[in-house]
Amino acid sequence: MRVIHTDTIIQAVSEMCIEANCYLGADMESALKNAREREISENGIEILETMQKNLMVAAEKKIPICQDTGMVVIFLNIGQQVQIEGGGLSEALQKGVEKGYQQGFLRKSVVSDPLLRSNTGTNTPAIIHYNITEGESFKIKLLPKGFGSENTSALKMLKPAEGLAGVKKFILETIENGSPNACAPVVVGVGIGGTMEKAALMAKEALSRPLGSHHPADHIQSLEAYLLEAANQLGIGPMGLGGVNTVLGINIETFPTHIAGLPVAVNMGCYVNRHVEREL
Amino acid sequence: MGTIQINTPLTKADRSALKAGDHVRISGVIYTARDAAHKRMTENLAKGIELPVELKDQLIYYVGPCPAKPGEIIGSAGPTTSGRMDLYTPELLNHGLGAMMGKGNRSEMVINAMISHQAVYFGCVGGAGALFQSLIKSSELIAYEDLGTEAIRKLLVEDFPAIVVIDAQGNNLYETERKKFKR
Repeated sequence: MRVIHTDTIIQAVSEMCIEANCYLGADMESALKNAREREISENGIEILETMQKNLMVAAEKKIPICQDTGMVVIFLNIGQQVQIEGGGLSEALQKGVEKGYQQGFLRKSVVSDPLLRSNTGTNTPAIIHYNITEGESFKIKLLPKGFGSENTSALKMLKPAEGLAGVKKFILETIENGSPNACAPVVVGVGIGGTMEKAALMAKEALSRPLGSHHPADHIQSLEAYLLEAANQLGIGPMGLGGVNTVLGINIETFPTHIAGLPVAVNMGCYVNRHVEREL
Repeated sequence: MGTIQINTPLTKADRSALKAGDHVRISGVIYTARDAAHKRMTENLAKGIELPVELKDQLIYYVGPCPAKPGEIIGSAGPTTSGRMDLYTPELLNHGLGAMMGKGNRSEMVINAMISHQAVYFGCVGGAGALFQSLIKSSELIAYEDLGTEAIRKLLVEDFPAIVVIDAQGNNLYETERKKFKR
């Protein structure tokens, strides 16, 4: 049995909120650098260079890369041998988010009711997904999700007969319609299979996979490669103003599904695609 | 391509001279407003309540900034998606608004209203909130303080980089550029 105190969790989560918002991950930084080298459009070059300048200013001044510091999504992998001391686990995660957004001068973007829309002032609640594992591990993955990109995401319950061609068509359509508003060049998380909510969840978690990592199955790896190539031929380019960089990476996750179904979820992430993880 | 230095406010003549695709650097006063402020402004107009700012020839920047760190003027301040303001925009153009700045495409209704009022729409880089923060020289709260980040602020900016995305003739980079790079 391993004991973790809620104070440790609160502190870790608050630091992760600030880290994710102010410093870009190494995978994203090199993807942007490569994009700049490949770009041939004048608008695209100016935009990609501005994006890179912005990252430098954010790190230097320790201020958020983007003013939309997002709604926080947490994937928590917790071993069944872990015991939490000091209070409730969910409460600790929420307190960590509140503390991070307060201390980091991050924007509070959460409204308490989707229709009445008054700001909670704390950027909570965060969306938390728990995954129980064996052993004593405690791993937090945290994604502050901006809504410029989130709003362009889509889910479709395809017919099995639509098959691979239908999957490709739906994903490329979503990218084509969504990339300009999603702050292209985008990162695309895809979930194929499961049920409706499982597909959406896989698409979200796929955004936390480092760029350049691949699905273990050969046919899904080929699909990732095909979609990346096809999306970058759409001409949409950085911020949708023309160019050869529309997508920086496509991460696909899959799961067994029902004989009658082929759910596909596409979660769009902007070019900063903030994601951090920490093992306590 | 060179960049064009422009200063706000932008008269009709200034606006008409700008062409889609021009890379500009904007200096002068601009106003912030996004979803909630637009809703309130247009609802108030419908009730006969005047706008909290004189919009003639002014530029509205679609942004909800982060809180300022101690010693800073403002927090990160990049553009939000302009399309969410489309419903409210024609009414503001009727009240003299000359230019808008944000990210993403605009509706046909907005573009038609822009043509009739010779208004321009600038695009700036989404997510570049930290860089743009460093180009804001002053920030003053003007109205709707209760809306927090969505309140209306008067900003003084210097050399703010943007691209003319839709000009006063209705030329639109979202329509023209993609085709050039499609394979």
